[in-house]
Amino acid sequence: MPLPEVDNPRHLAPIQSPDAVTYTDPADEIESRSLWQDAFKRLLRDKLAVISAIILIAVIGVAILAPVIAPYAPNEMDLSNRLQPIGTPGHLLGTDQAGRDILSRLIWGGRISVAIGVGAVAAALVFGVLIGLFAGFYKGPIDTLTNFGLNILMAFPYILLAISIITALGPGLTNAMIAIAIVGIPYYARIVRGSVLSLREQEFVQAEIALGASNARIIFKHILPNVLSPIIVAATLDVGWMIVMASGLSFLGLGAQPPTAEWGLMLSEGQKYIRNAPYVSLLPGLMIFIVVLALNFLGDGLRDALDPKLKQ
Amino acid sequence: MLRYAVKRVLQLIPILIGVSMLVFLIMQLTPGDPAKLILGPRASQATLEAYRRELGLHLPIWQQYLNWIGNVMRGDLGNSLHFKKPVTDLIMERLAATLILSIASMILATVFGVITGVISATKQYSLADRIMMTLSLIGFCLPVFWFGLLLQFIFSIRLGWFPASGINAPGVSGWQDTAWHLVLPSIALAVGAMATIARMTRSSMLEVIRQDYIRTARAKGVSWRNISYNHALRNALIPVVTVVGSQFGYLLSGQILLEVVFNWPGLGQLMVNGILYRDFPLVQGTVLIVAAMYVVVNLIVDLLYGLLDPRIKYEDS
Repeated sequence: MPLPEVDNPRHLAPIQSPDAVTYTDPADEIESRSLWQDAFKRLLRDKLAVISAIILIAVIGVAILAPVIAPYAPNEMDLSNRLQPIGTPGHLLGTDQAGRDILSRLIWGGRISVAIGVGAVAAALVFGVLIGLFAGFYKGPIDTLTNFGLNILMAFPYILLAISIITALGPGLTNAMIAIAIVGIPYYARIVRGSVLSLREQEFVQAEIALGASNARIIFKHILPNVLSPIIVAATLDVGWMIVMASGLSFLGLGAQPPTAEWGLMLSEGQKYIRNAPYVSLLPGLMIFIVVLALNFLGDGLRDALDPKLKQ
Repeated sequence: MLRYAVKRVLQLIPILIGVSMLVFLIMQLTPGDPAKLILGPRASQATLEAYRRELGLHLPIWQQYLNWIGNVMRGDLGNSLHFKKPVTDLIMERLAATLILSIASMILATVFGVITGVISATKQYSLADRIMMTLSLIGFCLPVFWFGLLLQFIFSIRLGWFPASGINAPGVSGWQDTAWHLVLPSIALAVGAMATIARMTRSSMLEVIRQDYIRTARAKGVSWRNISYNHALRNALIPVVTVVGSQFGYLLSGQILLEVVFNWPGLGQLMVNGILYRDFPLVQGTVLIVAAMYVVVNLIVDLLYGLLDPRIKYEDS
């Protein structure tokens, strides 16, 4: 039986009639549904989030199956068939300046973009969460120093910091990913630090400290699970930004290098042919846009699902 | 207010020192010997050694930093390896173009963002509100370099309404021509910030509209239009100011990309060229100046916030 919408379903338990309890204890039924299950049910009710999730699953699926699905290899050139328009037989989305099949390159490019986006967010997340947890938990000089470091990193406009790091590391796809991951670290560290500062004063943490639990146990077993939900929303939204930033760096010639099939680089290479063959550069950009839009709708949906109180 | 302002300026100093240290350290990590880069691969070992001493590269790193920051304070950012000119001169030549584009976009984003937000809030849940908020989410997600290219393709190449690139047509000068060239890049740059400002204005307006003093004004018979624009908007704009400040960072980032799309002769293009030519004094100088600009704009926004919201002053003094 679906439960009526309330902030905390557990509040229902005391007002159930005793008769109902004799058959099945509704409290047990409620107990068996976790926060995540509830959130998932709420998420399914958000149409835009569901459509976005489907689009993203499709993009990821196509990216994973690229070797099977893509009609051509990403760098297979056919110089006699350069800049063929959309709808050319054998080349559904046309060909680029080197006669490479655009559809195949978009499919292979999805692999790189998704991998970079997820990889960079994962790296930023792990380091950011760890820094935030330790700074917030230990407070004092560790926190002051960390906070100062984070403030300095955040004093840079985001792409400027990425560009500076790439200057030191040299242009390339992996270096671009490292650079944007570093740019992302302060945001996660900030969110986590803030949550930890308030969580560590709460009774359940103070009780653990009084009981003599080790710091590692308190941080990872008790505090970490409580800071995860805002982080998950931030991370979903962030995958989109990381994809945009990585493709932006490739567009500037600082990320993926030719002849890699990467959306930002494809856009940049196609820019020269925009007069006669606009689709060469506009299609990869459209892919970036669709993925980012879908990630944002999904992120918004997730935020509302995880914290329904916010949806006002 | 003065105490607050002084406090904020003092807080800025360690951040600026930290930023300069980080920029310096990153450039130190750049592979390659600067003396070799400047003198070329055929320079003898003795010449290289002498040149390193001249540049102060034999000194400990902290001393090199102090020398460099001392020169920066005097307005000397070193010489560009590629352009063979002082970096300060190169930056000064292009600073105006960057400022014109960022200020024009900021004005566009703020004016249209606030108008959209106010309309959405006063007509909450109407069709107009839904359309505007969906459009703002779309605008928020548009990759700036792609949107710039799209505008360029439609309005310049296909329709021929606006010039496709540059700040002036060849052989033409004057502000009218610059303004004409400014239209497409400033719109492309403004859209993301406009979307964020619109959303912030809307939620801030909605919060203010629910307050008691608005109800009192309505009860006294003040017209809804008068309430919206004279009573609610003035208070709703306070948090919007902060967003405008943070959007400036996004604008500067987007600008680096858009300058390449529209061949706009600003600092972003200079910086990208610097990296591609491995011209590290140039990159170091431009990064430092742009980061400092960002920090200072944030300070101004903070001070404005203090001016607009009297509660801030009391809390801090």
